[in-house]
Amino acid sequence: MSQGVQVASIYVRDHDEALAFYVEKLGFKVHTDVKNGDFRWLTVQHPEQPSFQLGLFVPGPPMVDAATAQTVKEVVAKGAMPPLVLEVSDCRAAHDRMKARGVEFTQEPTERYGTVDAGFRDPSGNGWKMIQTRGK
Amino acid sequence: MSQDPELLRRLLRAKDRMDGASHEEWPVRRLARVSGVSEAHFARSFKDAFGVPPHRYLLTRRIEKATTLLRETDLPITDIAFQTGWQSLGTFGRTFRDVTGESPGDFRAREKAAQHAPDQVPVCILSAAQRPDLTIAVSEKRRQTGGDTNESEESEVP
Repeated sequence: MSQGVQVASIYVRDHDEALAFYVEKLGFKVHTDVKNGDFRWLTVQHPEQPSFQLGLFVPGPPMVDAATAQTVKEVVAKGAMPPLVLEVSDCRAAHDRMKARGVEFTQEPTERYGTVDAGFRDPSGNGWKMIQTRGK
Repeated sequence: MSQDPELLRRLLRAKDRMDGASHEEWPVRRLARVSGVSEAHFARSFKDAFGVPPHRYLLTRRIEKATTLLRETDLPITDIAFQTGWQSLGTFGRTFRDVTGESPGDFRAREKAAQHAPDQVPVCILSAAQRPDLTIAVSEKRRQTGGDTNESEESEVP
């Protein structure tokens, strides 16, 4: 595919912490990690989704002023950012694997409507739903 | 008002724990321990962060869960009351009516008659979106609507 969404980003409180979480605990890969002064462009990628990158942004100057950055950090830490959804082939197995690695689950795998879903958060407070592919 | 993001993240953990087990009892002591803050600070910090006192938040989650069970199962209302954390059917029915404006039985009848096919939306998110927006205390809401003046057993402490 040559057209489509290439990067969508989330705010995180710390780049290294977020990188460790998405790579070591969730199994994502680093796509780009470049620094330019204080600015760091960091994107990760699901290993089975090469056309999409998840950007990990720490809010702060010069992109946003310090007061705005503080507000954004509060909003993220309150879990007020919209949910992200991760599709997996086996929700319970993914849950067990991730939980063993220390992922903070907010909802244990629950079977409903012919599929299984669970919920977890990244260290910053971003909420994920993990939904099993239907018909598996 | 500005709050420390580290504190907010820990308060969110207490909110998440209530979300995950809203049928359980959540005294302030237990919630404060989850957040790693003193009992004295917890309720105020929680309200500052999320706009509602912790107990009222728990109430909205219980009502949300009850509405889901009423809509999507044929479980007796008594079972739903106990499964969602109420100690008595009377308290459940009264609180449910105060919050939603109709009795559990009427709600179920109306919902069952309506069409529901929003299966393109993840159900957990849909459910949260339909959570009652309880911006005032249930007792206050009851006073405003001039309903019966029996004090709810669900006192708003914390």
